[in-house]
Amino acid sequence: MAVRIAVAASDRPFQGPVSRDSGSEGTEWLAGESPAVAVTRLNLTNYRNIRHLRLETEAKVVVLSGPNGAGKTNVLEALSFLSPGRGLRRARLADVPRRGGTGVWAVAARVRYPRGVIEIGTGVAPDQRVGERRLVRIDGQVARGTAALGRALTVNWLTPPMDRLFIDGPSPRRRFLDRLVYGFDVDHAARVSAYDRALRERSRLLRDGRSDAAWLGALEETMAACGIAVAAARRETICRLRSGMKAGVSPFPAATVAADGDVERWLDVMPAIDAEGRFRAALEAARDCDARSGGAAVGPHRTDLAVCHAGKDMPAEDCSTGEQKALLVSIVLADARLQEARLGRAPLLLFDEIVAHLDATRREALFELLIDRPAQTWITGTDRSLFDRLGSAARRFGVDDGRISASPE
Amino acid sequence: MRDGHIERLIQLLARLPGLGPRSARRAALHLVKRRDTLLEPLARALNAVADAVRPCSTCGNLDAVDPCGVCVDGRRDPSRICVVEEVADLWALERAGVFRGRYQVLGGTLSALDGIGPEDLNIASLIARARKPEVREIILALNATVDGQTTTHYIHDCLAACDVDVSQLAHGVPVGGELDYLDDGTIGAALKSRRRM
Ligand SMILES: Nc1ncnc2c1ncn2[C@@H]1O[C@H](COP(=O)(O)OP(=O)(O)OP(=O)(O)O)[C@@H](O)[C@H]1O
Ligand SMILES: [Mg+2]
Ligand SMILES: [Zn+2]
Repeated sequence: MAVRIAVAASDRPFQGPVSRDSGSEGTEWLAGESPAVAVTRLNLTNYRNIRHLRLETEAKVVVLSGPNGAGKTNVLEALSFLSPGRGLRRARLADVPRRGGTGVWAVAARVRYPRGVIEIGTGVAPDQRVGERRLVRIDGQVARGTAALGRALTVNWLTPPMDRLFIDGPSPRRRFLDRLVYGFDVDHAARVSAYDRALRERSRLLRDGRSDAAWLGALEETMAACGIAVAAARRETICRLRSGMKAGVSPFPAATVAADGDVERWLDVMPAIDAEGRFRAALEAARDCDARSGGAAVGPHRTDLAVCHAGKDMPAEDCSTGEQKALLVSIVLADARLQEARLGRAPLLLFDEIVAHLDATRREALFELLIDRPAQTWITGTDRSLFDRLGSAARRFGVDDGRISASPE
Repeated sequence: MRDGHIERLIQLLARLPGLGPRSARRAALHLVKRRDTLLEPLARALNAVADAVRPCSTCGNLDAVDPCGVCVDGRRDPSRICVVEEVADLWALERAGVFRGRYQVLGGTLSALDGIGPEDLNIASLIARARKPEVREIILALNATVDGQTTTHYIHDCLAACDVDVSQLAHGVPVGGELDYLDDGTIGAALKSRRRM
């Protein structure tokens, strides 16, 4: 039996400009106390290798353990579908239904959030045509599009492929940054996809050799309007993160973050309306060159997220594997605290294989931080004993071959 | 085994928007069970529409007469033309009863990815109408989708040489908003607070 590791209130992070309201200042989350944001009931039907799953929990931290291929990541992915978008695997919808089933799948959840309880359902209905989007139902009402999900609940995650986030190309980093934006601005996703669509349309026209200047100009105007809005929202998120990350939470290091892109730099030095004009002019000037290369040479679709280990003044990609993971944890937890402080609601966090690469000190510090959070966190691992120190704040489930069972405490 | 006629009916119904195979089967059965009250009246209505209704050669609206009822209605203001994507949007504006001018139905939006270019839309005829001396204002009431906005920019550019005011609906809805889904009050407000482009 493990007990909570006590942390002196003065060690608590981020109390300066972004502290919680005084009522909850220094609150000790007692074991078993219910989180303010939580999935308290989850039902999965024909979800990947899971035929049926039903679980209920009030716990602050939910631990899923079991052998490789059991279905742990699948459960987290299902939870990630409670937020807009393609989930933590960026899955194609056709891959989600259980193989050998009818193609119909569903995720249903009862979600507690600061203003009440909502029932969220999502999936593919029996009568749906292939290629259609997943349906979303909130409290029994069909929602138009998945964006409605973001208004009640925000979800963020760390997964094993993200262990390489600072090593691989910029697109996953950009998506990571965009997910940090969604928490504060649900319409960001719509603007990003509007921008991407206009970009693809322009590329198609250029590729087909259609030099209809008015049509290209119209697309570039759409790109400029959406693109500047996207870049501005990212800049705002970066500023917010900087203020929320003045200090790290030992042993999780403070990170210096920056959005690295032409459009963001223009916004540093000129008003948005001028940046829009400049972006449009740059696109027009680059038509010939873009026609040859495909895509577009400038734009927020090329922006990168630059992260640096503040204490060591070391770019993230040059940090050790465990340090890189610790930086990611720092950023995600800082964002979670900012959401709580400024919006009054903390995000649900999904940490897949989170303890891999973390040493015992960091592991225990992380557990401590998760128990302190006002919202629920789901974590997975192959070895149940790694989570012993979570003590009674955690509810443990065993996952095996697509089936789930409550583990004895 | 299902009868071939019914099977054909089910297949056709399943092509309607919002109906999948299962609801198409239910609808077909429903119709067949109500021969007098539903099936035959529906068959007559479909025939009548197929015989009589055509797109208006002036504005693209659907009507049994050409030019359509809106185009020939002398009480409507000929100096203003409201440009919409589809007939459904025209209907939405008419339902709201907030616009007393004439319309131009484009028949879609520009979309390079779907292979829809300016020549596939009623844009050339719009420009021809805009050149007429009695036309003074063109209101672009396209949806707030990416393609709708791009088409708005495109038409605005094409109209630059015509002596008309061009304005755009103030949507008050986020990207992705479609006219057909807005309530009447919102449409009215969007029209009133239209912006000159
Ligand atoms: N559509 C599907 N239908 C049936 N099974 C599927 C489907 N998609 C994935 N699977 C299977 O689900 C199983 C569980 O996958 P999951 O990634 O959840 O495992 P895990 O418990 O996270 O394992 P690990 O510890 O290795 O990460 C895998 O064996 C995978 O092949
Ligand atoms: Mg896994
Ligand atoms: Zn007409």
